[in-house]
Amino acid sequence: MIPSAFTFYKPDNIEKAISLMSDFGDEARVIAGGHSLIPVMKQRLTDIKHLIDLSGINEIKGIEITGNQISIGAMTTQVELINNEELFKKAPIIREASLQIADPQVRNLGTIGGNVANGDPANDMPGLMQLLDATYKLSGSNGVRDVKAREFYEGAYFTVREDDEILISISFDAPSGGYAYEKQKRKIGDYATAAAGVILKVENNMCSSASIALTNLSDTPVYCNKAVDIILGKEIDNNILTQVTEACVDQSDPVADQRGPVEFKKYVAGIVIKKALTRAIERT
Amino acid sequence: MDDVKTPSREERKSALSGLGTSRKRVEDARFTQGKGNYVDDIKLKGMLFGDFVRSPVAHARVKNIETSAALALPGVHAVLTAADLEPLGLHWMPTLAGDKQMVLADGKVLFQGQEVAFVVGDDRYAVADGVSLVEVEYEELPVVTDPFKAELKDAPILREDIADQKEGAHGARRHPNHIFTWEAGEKEETDKVLEEAEVVADEMVYYHRTHPCPLETCGCVASMDKVNGKLTVWGTFQAPHAVRTVASLISSIPEHNIRIISPDIGGGFGNKVGVYPGYVCSIVASIVTGVPIKWVEDRMDNLMATAFARDYWMHGKISATKEGKITGLWCHTTADHGAFDACADPTKFPAGFMNICTGSYDIPVAYLAVDGVYTNKAPGGVAYRCSFRVTEASYFIERMIEVLAQKLGMDSAELRSKNFIKKEQFPYTSALGWEYDSGDYHQAWEKAMKSVNYKQLREDQAKQLQLFKDGKSRKLMGIGLSHFTEIVGAGPVKNCDILGLGMFDACEIRIHPTGSAIARLGTISQGQGHATTFAQILASEIGIPASDITLEEGDTDTAPYGLGTYGSRSTPVAGAATAMAGRKIRAKAQMIAAYLLEVHDDDLEWDVDRFSVKGAPEKFKTMKEIAFASYNQAIPGVEPGLEAVSYYDPPNMTYPNGAYVVVMEIDVDTGVSDIKQVYALDDCGTRINPMIIEGQVHGGLTEALAISMGQEIAYDEQGNVMTGTLMDFFIPTAWETPNYETDYTETPSPHHPIGAKGVGESPNVGGVSAFSNAVHDAFKPFGLTQAHMPHDHWRVWKIAKDLGLHS
Repeated sequence: MIPSAFTFYKPDNIEKAISLMSDFGDEARVIAGGHSLIPVMKQRLTDIKHLIDLSGINEIKGIEITGNQISIGAMTTQVELINNEELFKKAPIIREASLQIADPQVRNLGTIGGNVANGDPANDMPGLMQLLDATYKLSGSNGVRDVKAREFYEGAYFTVREDDEILISISFDAPSGGYAYEKQKRKIGDYATAAAGVILKVENNMCSSASIALTNLSDTPVYCNKAVDIILGKEIDNNILTQVTEACVDQSDPVADQRGPVEFKKYVAGIVIKKALTRAIERT
Repeated sequence: MDDVKTPSREERKSALSGLGTSRKRVEDARFTQGKGNYVDDIKLKGMLFGDFVRSPVAHARVKNIETSAALALPGVHAVLTAADLEPLGLHWMPTLAGDKQMVLADGKVLFQGQEVAFVVGDDRYAVADGVSLVEVEYEELPVVTDPFKAELKDAPILREDIADQKEGAHGARRHPNHIFTWEAGEKEETDKVLEEAEVVADEMVYYHRTHPCPLETCGCVASMDKVNGKLTVWGTFQAPHAVRTVASLISSIPEHNIRIISPDIGGGFGNKVGVYPGYVCSIVASIVTGVPIKWVEDRMDNLMATAFARDYWMHGKISATKEGKITGLWCHTTADHGAFDACADPTKFPAGFMNICTGSYDIPVAYLAVDGVYTNKAPGGVAYRCSFRVTEASYFIERMIEVLAQKLGMDSAELRSKNFIKKEQFPYTSALGWEYDSGDYHQAWEKAMKSVNYKQLREDQAKQLQLFKDGKSRKLMGIGLSHFTEIVGAGPVKNCDILGLGMFDACEIRIHPTGSAIARLGTISQGQGHATTFAQILASEIGIPASDITLEEGDTDTAPYGLGTYGSRSTPVAGAATAMAGRKIRAKAQMIAAYLLEVHDDDLEWDVDRFSVKGAPEKFKTMKEIAFASYNQAIPGVEPGLEAVSYYDPPNMTYPNGAYVVVMEIDVDTGVSDIKQVYALDDCGTRINPMIIEGQVHGGLTEALAISMGQEIAYDEQGNVMTGTLMDFFIPTAWETPNYETDYTETPSPHHPIGAKGVGESPNVGGVSAFSNAVHDAFKPFGLTQAHMPHDHWRVWKIAKDLGLHS
């Protein structure tokens, strides 16, 4: 469990970090909290020659809230997300989901940027960001660009981020309506067997807006657009919830692992989706 | 003034912190401050590091090992392969079970993670780089992971070295992949009883492969001093003296020139009993390089390659009258031993004490056969927090009782009660040959049933079942019962040895002039708190406060010979030796006191911490005074000093027992179980330190929870380990650990000097059955008879699915 040799850099601004990235290309990786990267380095599943630590760059830390606009620096830790009262008021689902990530030790170091940019389908934040329709701000040698979370993920560990780009912040509008993030896992610290996030609004018993996303049920997070289409404008009853759940499960594509076979995961996906829907509706 | 009050007898007794006191653990001050001294804390001048190149495949011929690139790396000093060890005769080593095991791959590999080459270098980093540069050419062979396929006619032969041997260490072998057949009991009579029985339950009970996974992995530091020819090895050894003898036998280094030291050990649970290739390679590397070598496993190495536990397929038949009186028990076990038979069992017991599988019940006739087979999995088969194969035996009988109760349509609590060995039957000889020393099973059972309000629990369960059937709940309630009898304290030299070493143990006591003492034992604590509890035994025996007694273990140059700590043997064997040595001290002290008080020895009586003259208690000599006198008085006929040593050969094993109840609620849709209650009543005989007992029970229950509800070593069909990290290998955290209620009855062992039976392993033995039975019990109304552990979410979900509860 010893990584192969690498050179360590700790730039103090984003320009320096980008310049290192463009110098070394795919031999370089940035490190945020390190809770995904360090284990794979120790197992020598990845060979990184240049490791660029982003923890010295203050400009990409912290939470900014202006009206309904929320912007979170990539190097903001999960514990900071949990403890920020203003964020909790504006987007309580962030705290609910963050508290289900790993354990307190991991959350003390784990960052929102690392969680979403790594492209690990087991991470909770990518699904959550698709749920919130968040926008990722990427900075690279060709300047800054925005990418929607719903368009960021291409496959397990593959994203649209270019080799010399660094995720610097995440922004989204404060959601309104009921919300829930439901996760089944084997134990504290585990990734989800299946997890689902729901945000929806019910007006006059009709669903006026909705968003649903899944975690660890495919090789990318799953934004359930078909299910959203089904529920929008509909009266909420058991029948519609069953249809919505089925549509979500249809969009999932889990793989078998020690958590169980595909059939089990799809079944449990249905259960957590239904639970999330029910709890979100109760909260409207 | 009359202020100086003479302390009362009770006050003097309590000042000793002897037997029965919840004395705080003396070890904890250093452990909680990070001041422990573990193997990895040992740093010697010029020390190098070693680590293994391990096989990525489960079965292959090793065509070539190319070490030049690794050797060219700065900081790498040597790469050892089997070819380097062969001239020393160390490319293979004997196992504790009479088999032999490759130290480094000799022409082939037999399991994933097997040690192929040993790289030695300046530090862990250089070694890791060196390991990655050793190129091994493998020619893959067909893999056998299913023990039932190992003995098929066309099965690939795993152990080519012994393929033609028809006789193994334990009798005839019928197939190249067959290790032994071991039998106990009466076959024909049992067959006859089963044939004529009114009711027979027949079930396959699988106890899956798991791993002890101690917090500290295995490791050692070997240091060969070429000037004085002395080899010192610090290591994670549960049996340091046995390691010394084995090391001497296989290396030809005289035993007096080998010093084995077990420093602080971070948990063992059976994982640290055997001898591993890492120890042998470190020793050889130290001899080759002339400097100390450190080898410490990482977590993945530990899970993948060091000794596993269980992996027993137990086919059982149990017969009874219609009224529920058990008439016979039959068991055939297929034991998956992996690539080498490296079980740590007493020599005459290749299946350990599996023949305790008649459990707590008066079963007139029984038969047991165990067949050991080789597969392409890691070797081991150690007693993971239990005596040799006792958890397997207990799980088997406690499942069979449940299955029989189901067949009889009888409550299983009642079935147990009907068949318990009665108090007046002790000492009781079981159908499979053990002499149970003592117990009062009915008393324990009744206390347990009353404490949990069993009747009420069954009513609650029925209500929950009705809610489920009415579609108002998706949850079921399960009540898991278990009554276990362990067999621990190996053991009497007449039938217990390991590699010819009798399983006695020893204690040596030296009283200092000022009345404090040091005691040394042949055991070694790995968290059990020996320094605390053995001092308490002595305090009560010799009247010196426990806090004035230093306990030392683990250094073979100073400690008396003993077989180490595992199988709950420390208290039954070394604890007895401690008491006996203490009594020798007291006998000599009595002579000294008699001289000092100018009376005859027989005129004195022992009184807590002193000898006083019978009928004149104001005339006395305290142990403190006697100790000083032993060093400064010339007493005719008595040697100076106050020391004693006792080697204790136990006349029998001890038989701790207990009654456990687990209540859980199971969600049939998610497979998630919510543990509502865990009640554990233990009878470990005389209780030395109730606080430590409670801690042991909590720890053992948590491991039982882990094993039954999720922990396993799983392989795919190619022999790849699927549970190589703590992500997939379940270790409960505080979050997953329920609240425990502990309780006790106290039936002292009649043959142990202080009546103690051992407790460290009871909660694992009783706990696994109780947790697993609770899962089974929840689904019993729908016809479930047997579902194999671990009961993780998806397997529980599958039970519900297969029973049609998901539609």
